[in-house]
Amino acid sequence: MLVIKNLHAKIEDKEILKGVNLEIKPGEVHAIMGPNGAGKSTLSSVLAGNDKFTVCEGSVTFNGKDLLDLPPEDRAREGVFLSFQYPVEIPGVSMVNFMRTAVNEHRKYKGQEPHSASEFLKLMREKKQLVEIDSNLTNRSVNEGFSGGEKKKNEIFQMAMLEPKLSILDETDSGLDIDALRIVANGVNKLKTKENSTIVITHYQRLLDYIVPDFVHVLYKGRIVKTGGKELALELEEKGYDWIKKEFED
Amino acid sequence: MNVTCRITDLQEEYVALYDTHLSTLQAGAPEAMNALRGKAIEEFKKLGIPSNKVEDYKYTNLQPHFKGELNVAFSNEAAQEGVSTDFNCQVPELQTHNIFFVNGWYSHQTDACPLPEGVIMGSIREKGNANPELLAKYYGRRAPIGTDGPAAMNTAFAQDGAFIYIPKSTVLKRPIQIVNIMTGDVDRLVFQRNIIIADENSQAKIMFCDHTLSSSKFVVNTVSEIFANESSVMDVINIQNQHNNSVQVAGYYASQKKHSNLMTNNMTLHAGLARNNVKIKMEDEHCEAYMNGLYLCDKNQHVDNFTFIDHAMPHCNSNELFKGVMDDGSTGAFTGRVLVRKDAQQTNAFQSNNNLILTESARINTKPQLEIYADDVKCSHGATVGQLDEEAMFYLRARGINTDEARVLLMFAFAYEVIEKIRVEPVREQIRGLVERRFRGEFDKCSSCVACGDVDGHLGCL
Ligand SMILES: Nc1ncnc2c1ncn2[C@@H]1O[C@H](COP(=O)(O)OP(=O)(O)O)[C@@H](O)[C@H]1O
Ligand SMILES: [Mg+2]
Repeated sequence: MLVIKNLHAKIEDKEILKGVNLEIKPGEVHAIMGPNGAGKSTLSSVLAGNDKFTVCEGSVTFNGKDLLDLPPEDRAREGVFLSFQYPVEIPGVSMVNFMRTAVNEHRKYKGQEPHSASEFLKLMREKKQLVEIDSNLTNRSVNEGFSGGEKKKNEIFQMAMLEPKLSILDETDSGLDIDALRIVANGVNKLKTKENSTIVITHYQRLLDYIVPDFVHVLYKGRIVKTGGKELALELEEKGYDWIKKEFED
Repeated sequence: MNVTCRITDLQEEYVALYDTHLSTLQAGAPEAMNALRGKAIEEFKKLGIPSNKVEDYKYTNLQPHFKGELNVAFSNEAAQEGVSTDFNCQVPELQTHNIFFVNGWYSHQTDACPLPEGVIMGSIREKGNANPELLAKYYGRRAPIGTDGPAAMNTAFAQDGAFIYIPKSTVLKRPIQIVNIMTGDVDRLVFQRNIIIADENSQAKIMFCDHTLSSSKFVVNTVSEIFANESSVMDVINIQNQHNNSVQVAGYYASQKKHSNLMTNNMTLHAGLARNNVKIKMEDEHCEAYMNGLYLCDKNQHVDNFTFIDHAMPHCNSNELFKGVMDDGSTGAFTGRVLVRKDAQQTNAFQSNNNLILTESARINTKPQLEIYADDVKCSHGATVGQLDEEAMFYLRARGINTDEARVLLMFAFAYEVIEKIRVEPVREQIRGLVERRFRGEFDKCSSCVACGDVDGHLGCL
């Protein structure tokens, strides 16, 4: 589904990704862990098409298409979804209007008719239940005044609405209390099918108790320096990153 | 009588025009209007049409716009010659008392329901003649004849306009809509003079809707004097929707008495050149003033809002918010003068002006001017000039929304705050729709008048 080959990316002449290789098949869950500043968010931004970053080398294909060639909106319509580490507040744009526009743009891309108002509201209701999001959040402006946890839930709600093929969850667990974490993880699991894939970026093992990965990768200084099964996450939780750093420096 | 004048040398020719036609100007006009003409033309001789050398008009040189071949109608018939008055302008779901002006002259009025007892609504010529004492008490009291060239010129030349009076303790449930239509085959210079008086403890919502319905050039010099008497609550909403070849200098000069509450909303949705002079003087204690504005400019349009809130007395609150979106090569200016006089203790005065600049070539000059001479006051002002938020843009695009659509959403979100200030829900709803269409670039294409819903097929909105 997703094939990343030797990906290099920079911002303002500072190289952050220094040759990332990663392959993800349908239905797989990959965890990416790594210390702060390793480049995890940069990787997700580059995949989603943020032009703040310049790709200087390498390739990314998504279901056979050259992903790097597509504008961000087309990547989304092709089925790439990024749950932002820091979701943006957009005062004045209502959640309803935002989601209706997004869903209908996806439908248009697929050659489908836009949803009628009632169909759309029905869809909203269903998905709200699925991710247990508070009804009045969707009556407000996008993320405006939301708590950290509400913002993360809102990301998962959007994911539920857009039904992506590949979801990249960038530290969706940070700042969540244990109940909120469970709700968010449950939401992700309910949306899981045999066809869609997930990249879970996280600092901590805890989320991985709920969303069980098939592979765990360690990103360090812009490269994937270690890959293992879910037990690698436990090892990292226990021993921290120093041994990885040490191994890498040697 | 219609007079075509070719103006090259501004002051002299306009003064000559005045001298030649003085008797026509006076004929049929209320005494209060005629009484001020002499003084006004003398002031105009001194002040003239402002160029950008005049400090208050630094960003808007009016002189070139008042030159060239322009028609002035010195009578109602001349103003409406060859003009269909079959024009319907009701905000949907909002039943209003409508009064129509064509090229500055009273045309007709329609009423969804009878006006409450004692309310006066009509032409300043007719109603002013019928109520000479009332007019004399207020006319010319606020218009800055001695300091502003256009106001002096208007006072010298104006022959018609709206007269609205809400008597003591009367609550007008439905808004009054003053529909100003510029139309016809010839280029025109128009003077319109409105007066609005809300008497003690009354409440009213007044809308001014400015339209152009033909492609001729229109130069409009309009002055509205607004009086919010003791304990009155008044909303003045201006929706300006004129074509690129229009030039309008509009003065809204208001004064407030004790415990009154006044809100002005100047929504410049589309205009060639718009200059709004919005001034509120709080002449008494415990007044509340809200002054809001939204200006949307593209192509080579120009909008200049020149505002002044005068805190002359203690215990008054004012809150001012102007926001603008500047696209293409448009230019604009905002001046927000807030004067807190020595005696105006316990004043709260807040002002902000925020601008969204969408291109490299669009320009805005924003100038907050706080002058505070009292010591026990809370005042603040802030001005911002920014671009569309790139992070928000990326967030929207990352959800599959294309750039154009994302821009519309973000521009609308920016404008939203001002729209929501309007205290009449159906108008708010109407303006939301208009602003969105404006951002989608659908204004030029409309076949019916956008501010008014459907009109007769042959009247297109430009
Ligand atoms: N907008 C930016 N400008 C400059 N440097 C940046 C920017 N964004 C990220 N970086 C740098 O890139 C590196 C990787 O950041 P990031 O991808 O956010 O790491 P992670 O998500 O793994 O914590 C860090 O050194 C960070 O300082
Ligand atoms: Mg990060």
